[in-house]
Amino acid sequence: MTEGTLLRLAGVHTHIGRYHILHGVDLAVRTGRLTMLLGRNGAGKTTTLRTIMGLWRRSAGEVRFDGSEIGDLPTPDIARLGVAYVPESMGIFGQLTVRENLLLATGPKGFESARLEAVLELFPALRERWQVAAGALSGGQKQMLAISRAIIEERRLLIVDEPTKGLAPAVIQHLINAFLRLKATATTILLVEQNFHMARSVGDDVAVMDDGRIVHTGAMADLAADERLQQQLLGLSLASHQ
Amino acid sequence: MSGARLRQLAEDWSPYAILPLLALLTLPLMSLSTWLTLTIAGIAMGMMLFLMAAGLTLIFGLMQVFTFAHGAFITLGAYLAVSILGALGTWSTAESWALNLAVLVVALVVALVASGAAGFVFERVIIRRVYGAPLRQILITVGGLIIAEQLMVAVWGASPLPLPKPPSFQGSIILGGAAIEKYRLIAVALGLAVYAGLALLLSRTRVGLLVRAGVENLEMVEALGYRIRRLFIGVFVAGSALAGVGGVMWALYQEQVTRVIGSEMTILIFIILIIGGLGSVGGCFTAAVLVGMVTNYVGFLAPKLALGSNILLMMAVLLWRPRGLFPVGPG
Repeated sequence: MTEGTLLRLAGVHTHIGRYHILHGVDLAVRTGRLTMLLGRNGAGKTTTLRTIMGLWRRSAGEVRFDGSEIGDLPTPDIARLGVAYVPESMGIFGQLTVRENLLLATGPKGFESARLEAVLELFPALRERWQVAAGALSGGQKQMLAISRAIIEERRLLIVDEPTKGLAPAVIQHLINAFLRLKATATTILLVEQNFHMARSVGDDVAVMDDGRIVHTGAMADLAADERLQQQLLGLSLASHQ
Repeated sequence: MSGARLRQLAEDWSPYAILPLLALLTLPLMSLSTWLTLTIAGIAMGMMLFLMAAGLTLIFGLMQVFTFAHGAFITLGAYLAVSILGALGTWSTAESWALNLAVLVVALVVALVASGAAGFVFERVIIRRVYGAPLRQILITVGGLIIAEQLMVAVWGASPLPLPKPPSFQGSIILGGAAIEKYRLIAVALGLAVYAGLALLLSRTRVGLLVRAGVENLEMVEALGYRIRRLFIGVFVAGSALAGVGGVMWALYQEQVTRVIGSEMTILIFIILIIGGLGSVGGCFTAAVLVGMVTNYVGFLAPKLALGSNILLMMAVLLWRPRGLFPVGPG
């Protein structure tokens, strides 16, 4: 294993029913870095994240976390290794309050006050709506809650699927700032995103998927600077998605 | 306040108004004493239905398990009531509130433990093999119900068994000119206590939070690191245990136990779950009381409609709110 790699996928295939979605994914997520996973709709990004979490089982290949194979572990055991997951749907429990949503993600001792303060400082709107049912939050607040839930305890890897989907530009900017602050704490993050402005703003490394495979890996800054490569890999340039 | 916000508030709170509204609407149709008698009878019946149905709504909501065997746990509770009250005959026939109450408590505790244990075995032996397979769940739980009923027939016999109420629970008290059966007041007290206990458990404990979260999004609960299989077992055991308690109360209400006392309730329980919203304990409580009140009012006002009144009620509620009074989880 490459030194400094927290998560590595090697030759991962995933089938959903009779559909073959992932065709040998090779992906490395380096410790303390924010890795962007980009690609067109249907490229296999969400399937990759769900396969890492054990929500869909890989049919071949290796999924290694900190050097250990986790491809056969049940989802709760993967989570207990310190992997937090924010799905595209956000996975908010709408009938539970903001407090209860966060409490479920803490350990047996409940909230650690300094950590809770730091999270609420990152997303002050949640403090104001502490006892409100999460189902009554706006889309942006729900996303803030989903991310807060993922970081309310110290995690080794944060996996987030399209956090800006359907959100207003002001909220997206707030999320970008939040991810920049998370990066400053050296949290390892794997982020799927369609919003290229966000990808360029926060990404350290990038992997681009197409048709169930990784077709490009490198530094996010290099991809952001190369419009021809963007056109080739993604069919559009980042400059048109400011 | 904006119109949309007002509409949302009305949408959220209108189900709570349905019980008082029903009571008020029926008041002009009968004398006050009759109305009071029927209303308390309806609430008491609702409480017993709630005891029988509460566990099943969580089993449906959390595990998406369609079990038709729930009636077997009700029947087990009912037969155990016969055995306990028979074995403690000096207590159950004494003219003493304390002894009569004591024998009821013993019967409830024995039914709670035995039905819970039976639920554990049933989940481990049968249910766990059919998670995620609705058709197989229906077939295997119908089979399980038949086998369980036959096993109970082997123990208690095929003939109906009489179960007279202890003397202190017989008769009525007069309240505002209305005769209120004492036993119904006990049923109301027990139903309220169980509802309050469940509400506290679900809102104040981590297990309760997990159950409520699991009803909404099981996959996310797993992704947070919780092993839901253990939660499934716990909820199935609790649901079965509550059904046994409901069986004791229903059997004493009927004063007779047959092998089908539980399975006869299955359709009514399903109606309650659907009206209340699958997975909602509060919805189950409201729906059970609603069904109890409608049964009593219609039985008095239009006896020929009594049989179908709850089906009509369910259709009306579903036309108004397609996912029940208190929907839980994604639509």
